[in-house]
Amino acid sequence: MTDAARASAVRLSGIVKRFPGVVANDGVDFEAAEGEVHALLGENGAGKSTLSNILTGLYRPDEGEIRLYGEPVSFASPRDALDARICMVHQHFRLVEPFTVAENVILGDHRGEGRKFLVHPSRIERRVAELGERYRIQVDPEARVWQLSLGEQQRVEILKALYRDARILILDEPTAVLTPQEAESLFATLRVMAGEGRTVIFISHKLHEVKAVSDRVTVLRAGKTIATVDTADATPRSLASLMVGREVAAVERQEHEDVRGEPVLEVADLWAVGDRGGDAVRGVDLTVRAGEIVAIAGVAGNGQRELAETITGMRPPSRGSVAVAGRTLRGGDAREAIRAGIAHVPEDRLHTGVAPSLSIASNVVLKSYRDAIASAGPLLRLRAIRDFAASLIARYDVRGGGPDAPARLLSGGNLQKVVLAREFSGEPRVLVVASPTRGLDVAAIETVHGYLRDAAARGVGVLLISEDLDEILALADRIAVLYEGRVVGERDAETATVEDLGLLMAGGEAAA
Amino acid sequence: MIRVERRLRQPWWLTIVVPVGSLVVAAGVMSLVLLATHHAPGPTFRRLFDAAFVGQDDLNNTIVSATPLIFTGLCAAVAFRMQLFNIGGEGQLYAGSITGALAGLLLGEHSGWLSVPLMIVFGALGGAALALIPGILRAWFSTSEIITSLMLNYVLALVLNYLIFDSHSYFRDLSPEAATFPQGKILPAAASWPTFDLGGIVLPFGFLAGIVLALVVWVLYQRTRFGFEVQVIGDSPRAARYAGMRTRRKILAVLALSGLLAGLGGASQTGDFRHVLDPRGLPAGNYGYTGIVVAALARYNPFAIVVVAFLLGGLQNAGYTLQGADFPSGLVGVMQGVILFCALGSELLVRYRVRFPRLRPAEAAA
Repeated sequence: MTDAARASAVRLSGIVKRFPGVVANDGVDFEAAEGEVHALLGENGAGKSTLSNILTGLYRPDEGEIRLYGEPVSFASPRDALDARICMVHQHFRLVEPFTVAENVILGDHRGEGRKFLVHPSRIERRVAELGERYRIQVDPEARVWQLSLGEQQRVEILKALYRDARILILDEPTAVLTPQEAESLFATLRVMAGEGRTVIFISHKLHEVKAVSDRVTVLRAGKTIATVDTADATPRSLASLMVGREVAAVERQEHEDVRGEPVLEVADLWAVGDRGGDAVRGVDLTVRAGEIVAIAGVAGNGQRELAETITGMRPPSRGSVAVAGRTLRGGDAREAIRAGIAHVPEDRLHTGVAPSLSIASNVVLKSYRDAIASAGPLLRLRAIRDFAASLIARYDVRGGGPDAPARLLSGGNLQKVVLAREFSGEPRVLVVASPTRGLDVAAIETVHGYLRDAAARGVGVLLISEDLDEILALADRIAVLYEGRVVGERDAETATVEDLGLLMAGGEAAA
Repeated sequence: MIRVERRLRQPWWLTIVVPVGSLVVAAGVMSLVLLATHHAPGPTFRRLFDAAFVGQDDLNNTIVSATPLIFTGLCAAVAFRMQLFNIGGEGQLYAGSITGALAGLLLGEHSGWLSVPLMIVFGALGGAALALIPGILRAWFSTSEIITSLMLNYVLALVLNYLIFDSHSYFRDLSPEAATFPQGKILPAAASWPTFDLGGIVLPFGFLAGIVLALVVWVLYQRTRFGFEVQVIGDSPRAARYAGMRTRRKILAVLALSGLLAGLGGASQTGDFRHVLDPRGLPAGNYGYTGIVVAALARYNPFAIVVVAFLLGGLQNAGYTLQGADFPSGLVGVMQGVILFCALGSELLVRYRVRFPRLRPAEAAA
């Protein structure tokens, strides 16, 4: 793509943003043209989020300049950025769940329809329907947001931006909640938008997506701009090395030693009620043998979290059973599951996996504080706990704080190491891991995958729940696809293909 | 342009500098008020300080004022550590005072040493039982303990009134001498809690018990499995559930403990100071509500609660001394209010910082 012909839509130069103890953006230069899809690539903590927060008026830069279509601008608040028609689709959607799609679309629109005292739902709904038709985004404008799947909610966010006639649209890891097919149709929409002269800034970790959708790529590392390259000239491998600053092996399937033994986890006809009422897990049968990695694939929100919670005792089953090494659990009791040897790496590491304000040492004994290692009678053995934490910190190479540092100060990767260290320290028979590498950078992903393979090699039965097919294909021995709370298909990892799995994830049972 | 930003780190010295600074600011504001009302600030502050902490009698009075605040402060703090907001310290204190008085009256004059320990046990149970009502509602029905515990304060205030004014209850003195104005039965001498004389400074039993309890609470929360669970649940209920902790039981236990502490404070009111069930004096003290302030100022640290209770007790007590013909009680109230406001408001500065970023030319022009 030659850009000389294209006018610059947004130009950030010399952006510096400091937080106490961290320089999140250290002289970032970024430029995106009208009518282009520009990918922003970088590891965790590279400064992508800070940069997009600056561009959307959430933060003010300490130094540097923002120019929109050549004019210098300064945003005092997100509203200024909205007025400049810059919109963002966050990773965690900013939607009001009890509201309808149409109501959400006009939310925060303080100039047009949203400003009026009386809202005319039909007018907005018509407009939303029109937009949906034009960009081939199908959403029922009268539906309430909580009724929608995550993929549909994302479409609402995009409609919101289109309704405001966004000139610049920023998407933060938009494909995390989509099936490969849904991602394809998102890309098509983005291309249409770019074709109309809008600028799309696409933040991602996934190199093949960046390759598929963008015109140019800007790579950030440690708060600095490393390079801006034409996508056509780049390969996933070259991008990865720019991102990490060294050559990395692409995530590839590594055969681990086959030590598959007796079944350690048997789930039979398991049902469980979701947070909103209604069955979230609907009759799941699963077996994981010792030394085996079984993956649960599926689009987010199809019962994965509830399944993990039910197996690990955090959620009572309404029917069915979970057995560990042949012994059936009563269910609904996390302590029972822990004692039976089920370790759990939850999806939400920061608020479920650890108590964020407590020290790393406290978090390391979060499950074993009643055992001899951490307490004598009712009293805690604080020194022993601290020493134990120090040894795990050394063994798992946790960086960013000693035993007394609060867990919330750790980066995602290091936090995950703490969680894994704790879970492995309980010498589990079964390990249930949910999205273990979400939001981690390439180096941390390698480490975590290494730990999971090691666990399997030691004879632990691993149940890997993930939305990332690359990860699943790289690690799993068997793959079960979860759709609307049911296992709709099981595949051997060696013969499974992305297309086939994608169809199953979208509920197409007929796929062979 | 002023901006308030959250601090990522809280330097330890802030916890000392900020409260001291807030007192300086409070003194400044008060000086203006005093000057406006034609009082000399310097001598007034001097009198305030003397009346609180200098003379022997003043010091004794301060200790009397501080004692209930230690209990109610601990009551608020133990619950807050688990993110439970027990506003019911007031009612739980009444409850403890009623059950404590009941034990004292029932045992009568000739119980020997038995009266005091039984009053303590009864007072503790009374407070704990009352606090269990919001506890059970919270644990099983997710009812807000803030509302339920607060409402029970009114219930208990009415019960207190009923027992003395509106009924011929066991607590009321029905002898002919008391016929003109309803009052409670005076407790027998055996129900008077001991005091310890320290060279003229009189330490009531309740005051010492409060200090010991502060230590117990500290050990319980910092050094035991119970305290560990409370910390985890307070920080992240999901993490607690994930770790297999029994959250419901812990809610009951913590609220019972919280009520128990306030109940002991109530028993101490009856046993140490009043020797009668006092439906006017108890509510006038506002001990339960002030205890919440004490706990907040002490940042929920048990030892700091003892110190803050002492300081606040002094302030309250000095207020009584200060007011007179030339110094209206309203002004005393203003003074106490300003000091509390500054002290509580400054908490913000420990967690947040205020910045005055310079405008860049582009912004200044805009």
